[in-house]
Parts: sequence; C-alpha cells; structure tokens
Amino acid sequence: MATEATRVADEIVIRPSTHWVDLGAKELWRARELLYFLTVRDLKVRYKQTLLGIVWAVIQPVMYMVVFTLFFSKVTTLYTAGQEYAPLALTGSVIWLFFANSVTLASTSLVGSSALITKVYFPRLLQTASPVIAALVDLALSSTVMLAIMVAYGYFPGVRVLVVIPFLLLAIATAIGVGAWLAALNVKYRDVRFVVPFLLQLWMFASAVFYSATAIDFDEPWGTLFWVNPMAGVVEGWRWGLLGGVRPEAGDVALSAAGGLVVLVAGVVYFRRKEREFADIV
Amino acid sequence: MSSDAVEIRNLAKRYRLGERDVLHGSLRDAFSGFVANALHRARRRPRGARDSIWALDHVTFDVPRGEVLGIIGRNGAGKTTLLKILSRITEPTEGEAVIRGRVGSLLEVGTGFHGDLTGRENIFLNGAILGMRRREIERRFDEIVAFAEVDRFIDTPVKRYSSGMYLRLAFAVAAHLEPEILIVDEVLAVGDAAFQRKCLGKMGEVSGEGRTVLLVSHNMSAITSLATRCLWLDAGRVRALGPARDTVAAYLTEGHVAEQPGFADLRDPKIRVGVPKQTHKQILFESVRLLDADGRTSGVFFERDALQLELGFRSATAAGRLEVLCKFSTLEGVLVFTLASGAMDVDVEPGPFTLTVDVPALPLRRGRYVVDLYALTSLPQDDVRGAIELEISGPRGPVEDPREVRDELGVVSVDHEWGAVQSTREPAPTRSG
Repeated sequence: MATEATRVADEIVIRPSTHWVDLGAKELWRARELLYFLTVRDLKVRYKQTLLGIVWAVIQPVMYMVVFTLFFSKVTTLYTAGQEYAPLALTGSVIWLFFANSVTLASTSLVGSSALITKVYFPRLLQTASPVIAALVDLALSSTVMLAIMVAYGYFPGVRVLVVIPFLLLAIATAIGVGAWLAALNVKYRDVRFVVPFLLQLWMFASAVFYSATAIDFDEPWGTLFWVNPMAGVVEGWRWGLLGGVRPEAGDVALSAAGGLVVLVAGVVYFRRKEREFADIV
Repeated sequence: MSSDAVEIRNLAKRYRLGERDVLHGSLRDAFSGFVANALHRARRRPRGARDSIWALDHVTFDVPRGEVLGIIGRNGAGKTTLLKILSRITEPTEGEAVIRGRVGSLLEVGTGFHGDLTGRENIFLNGAILGMRRREIERRFDEIVAFAEVDRFIDTPVKRYSSGMYLRLAFAVAAHLEPEILIVDEVLAVGDAAFQRKCLGKMGEVSGEGRTVLLVSHNMSAITSLATRCLWLDAGRVRALGPARDTVAAYLTEGHVAEQPGFADLRDPKIRVGVPKQTHKQILFESVRLLDADGRTSGVFFERDALQLELGFRSATAAGRLEVLCKFSTLEGVLVFTLASGAMDVDVEPGPFTLTVDVPALPLRRGRYVVDLYALTSLPQDDVRGAIELEISGPRGPVEDPREVRDELGVVSVDHEWGAVQSTREPAPTRSG
C-alpha cells in the first residue's frame, strides 16, 4: 500500500505548463534540506579569503551609525521622535542592511549560478531564498553588537523586544519577494545589476532608516504612500521594539504588512512564471 | 506494473533564434520590456523575423523498466535537449513525457561543486542538489569517499584537488545516487582511461540492478557494451530505435559522412586556436582529408583498414626543405604513433600543393583518435593541434564480445602469431590477428 503511494507520488508528468501558477509549496518543503545546504554554502563561501571575514557584518551598520550621526545630526535637524540619534540610526541601519544585502545577493543568485541552473533541476526559488537565510546569520551577529551599543547608551530592552520578531518576518518576506522578482528579471535583463544599488539607495531614504517617521505628521496621501512601503513598517516596528519611544500606529503597520505580503506573492508568482525559461535564457 | 519507466509522446521543443520579441507578451512582460528598453538602447527587431528551430521534433518512444537505452546522434540532433526536458531543466514546447520513478540526472560531472568548500561539504551539497536526502548521504558517505579515493583530502577545499580527484569525487556522488531512472549525458567523455573504466563498471552495476538508464554518448563502444537498445536522433527526430548493435552500425555507416567528416579546413580560425599571425610563414597547412581504401572521404574506419592522409598546403615561396609529422593520439592525449616524412625537398611553385601519406593497415583499436600536424621548415614552422579526428569503430565483421572495451585490449593491434609447443614435438603454429 505504501509502495503504491510512493509510486504514484514518483510519477512525474512533464508537459508544457498551462497558465495557472503552482507555487510548488510541496516541492519546496521536500527540498528543505537543500535549502539548508545552499545556505551553509553561501555562508561559508561569502567570507572565504577575506581578511576580516564575518566582522564585515558588524562593520557596515556601525559605520552607517557613525556617518549618519556625524553628518545628519550635526548638519540638519532630523525627526528623531525624542530619541538619541546614534541608537536610532544604528537600529535602523542593522535591519536595513539585512534587507539590502539580502536583496542584492538574491538578485544575482540565478545569474551567478547559471552552471547549476542549466545542468540540474531543483526548485530554483531555493537558490534565491538561500542568501536571505544566510543574511540572517549576519543579522544575528550585528544585532549582538547593536545590543551592546544600546546598553552603552542606556537602553535595556524588556519584553517589548519580542515585537521585533513579526517585523523581522516581514523583512524576510519582503526580501524574498523583491529578491525573487529581481533575480527572475535579471536572468533576462542584466540591467538589474545596475538598478539594484540605485533602487536600494532610494528605498533607504524612503524607509526612515536614519530618521524617525513616527515623529512625522503626514498629509494624505503621503502617509498612505509612506507606510505602504513594507520596509517603513519594518524599520519603525523594529526600532520601537528595541528602543521604545513613539509606537507606530496599528493602521500604518497593517498597511506595511499588506504591502510586504503583496510584494512576496507578486515576486514569487513572477518567479514561478519565469522559472521554466531560466535554463533557456540564462 | 506493466507501465514503462519512461513514456514519451510527441515531445517537442522549439528554440527561437536570436532575441525574443518582448512586445508580444502579457502586460507584465510589456512592463519588464519597457523597463529594459528604457535602459538598454531600444533594440528594434524586424517584424516577422521569427526564426525558430525544433531542437526536438515530436518524438515518441517508451523505455521499459530496467532497460539501458543508448542515445546517439550528431551534435545538435537533440540528444541533450531531450535529456534536459526529462530532467525538468527546461520545458517542452509540445507533447508530454511521463516518468515513473525517482530520477537521477547527471548532465555534467560536478554540478554545484564549489571550489572553496571541502570535499566533505561538497559531497553533502552536491548530493542534496542531485536530490539525495541528508540521511542517505550520511549512510553512503564512506562508500563515496572510498570510490573517489580521496579520503586523505576529504577536508581540503576541492579547488586544491587535482582535476582527476575532482572528477572522481564528483562522479562518486552521482554514482551513489541510487535513482530508479538514471539520465547520463556524455559523462564518459571526461577523465582518464582508468576513470572511464570505473564509470563504465559502475554504470553496468547500476543497470544490473534493474534500473532504467538513459545514456547519451559519442563513445560507440560504451553504447554497444552498456545499452540494450539504442535511439538514434537526427535533426530532432527519431531516426532509428532498435537493438544497440544494429542502430550503432547503421549510424556509423552513415557516420562516414556525418559524425567524423574526414575532412577539415585548416584555414578555419576555430581549428587554429591561439595562432594570431600565419601570414609570414613559409608553408601553411590548408586542409587535411582522410580517405579510405575506395578513395572516399571518411572519418570512420575499421581496425586494419587502409588509410590515406591528404594534406593540403600553401607555400609562400618556391621550393624548400620540408619535414612533416602526423601525430596520432588518443583523446586522452596519449601519443600512439607518428608518421614522419623526414626532411624532404619539395620543388613547388608558390601556391597550393598536396602531399599524401598511405597507411596500408591502421593498427588502431576501437576508439577515437586525434591527429596533430606539424610542418617543419626553415622557421617559422606551422603546426595544427587537433587538426582532425578519426574513429575506429572496431574490427571488421561481427563483434564477438560486446563488453570488450578498448582499454582492456590497449590502443594498438599488433600482428602476431601464437605457437603451441608440445614437448619433444614440432611446433604447430596457429594464426591469430
């Protein structure tokens, strides 16, 4: 009986795909071990033959904090919602850099592994998701340093810190969605690699990384436009969990979450639709 | 249970030549096209330039469970496209294929290997990419390492491996995949003779266990020794499907003109790689032609066949001293013999001229060989490495032992006589060739 079931499960019918999109969740679940190995590969390979290795994960956000603090807080007056500026910039930078690095690596994940894609079949989404998962390890490290710096500034996060978890999940979802979309687009149009740094820079300005949006009283439609950006919600929610201060409005957070979900679904659907052509084009 | 392991119905794949027309897609396509065009210089393509080819042209066949099916055909006949569709790397344009059983596909040895990772890490990564469970890999880990003979280097990054070690490790992982259906493309084309023999042995083992194997190869001896049936693809269509020996024989007969053309234009820059300037040379190779006993151009011979090499030259000056070398090597680079002219005075006008050299009985055994040409003159000399290939398809007449592969007998066949001597009696000679 069991063998019969396996046999049925092992029967594969290959035919030109129709227009409906199968997200292939079952297949992804079956290949979860592969995701693990791909992530381990990404982690091990990333810092091979580098002088500072994984310390880079810490250097980046700390430098952001230093530069933002030196320049923005001195040169201009910024919305800080009554927070001290350095921790505000640091918390924002840590989560933003996780997102930005994930998206950058994910967007080149297919083009960079064309040898793999043209020679063996596996759910390609794993190839794009693995750098995002690998970036979580960097995030864990930079967060540890971030917590130490926060303590030095006198911030001792309590139970409230748990709210960063859903916001982190939202950041992961957004990174996978955007990463999948850019990776699939990159297969056909190599312009993507010029677009990504530019896009991320603009996106950073729009996501309250080095200022606090909770202090801003938006006129409509600017408020909606601002909060529909999932990373705006992520940065503000993450920061509120860590530093406290002005709590983001529930409605605004819901808007960001909805934005993130749309990005995830749209990105993955686009990816799946294009997946069948990857091997022919890449 | 009567069902076949692989059923292929009208399977077809069309490739468009040139760039795809982005304007004929959905809204989403149009948008991405818009983004691309705004950034690119908008490339105009003439309407109606819809060049496309059927890489696979509506192919139908079945592979029963436990069969080893050889797939042969010229380059571009659709062999790899077929395997890629069955491996789900690319989608068919039309038709369908039903595959019953776990598929292990090996289109390239070492897919997914990463130079910076150690042998151990690569075994797990590559195994997972090929579809093995982690527990399976752990269970077979020692076996894989032993097969690859890399135990001392298992924790060394594979980029420090010799190419042989790298290949052995890569093949070892794939060989232990234990799929019910194994899809293999030209894996035997790599590695040294010992490695090839090991691969053949391992694959024979796999098929011996009742698994289904689809094997693409240009190595006809591998096909005849491993496959039970053979599929001959020609321009994307099934040309023949039948017992391996018959199909290979038919293919080789036609191969006289197809696979190994027996002629090469040596002015072609693709053959002369890395030779920037030839203009100032005194004597240049222009062509090489292989002729059989009937004077037909051919790249395929039987053992002991007569061969004539016809070398076309162009001389920049009148007369001169010339020495020509034709070196015959195996594809692995083992030099088998050289036809050396010795220094000779050629008395020709400036312009083209031809030299011929006759070999009354080719001493080569079954396999593929490559000829390097050297023209030694008062400097600079001209040489063309890999000028032409020839295939020896085996002895004339029926093959006695289909499992006989070239390596087991060596690369040359030597005239010899056996003598049986009974003590105190006269020797009684028996002939053998």
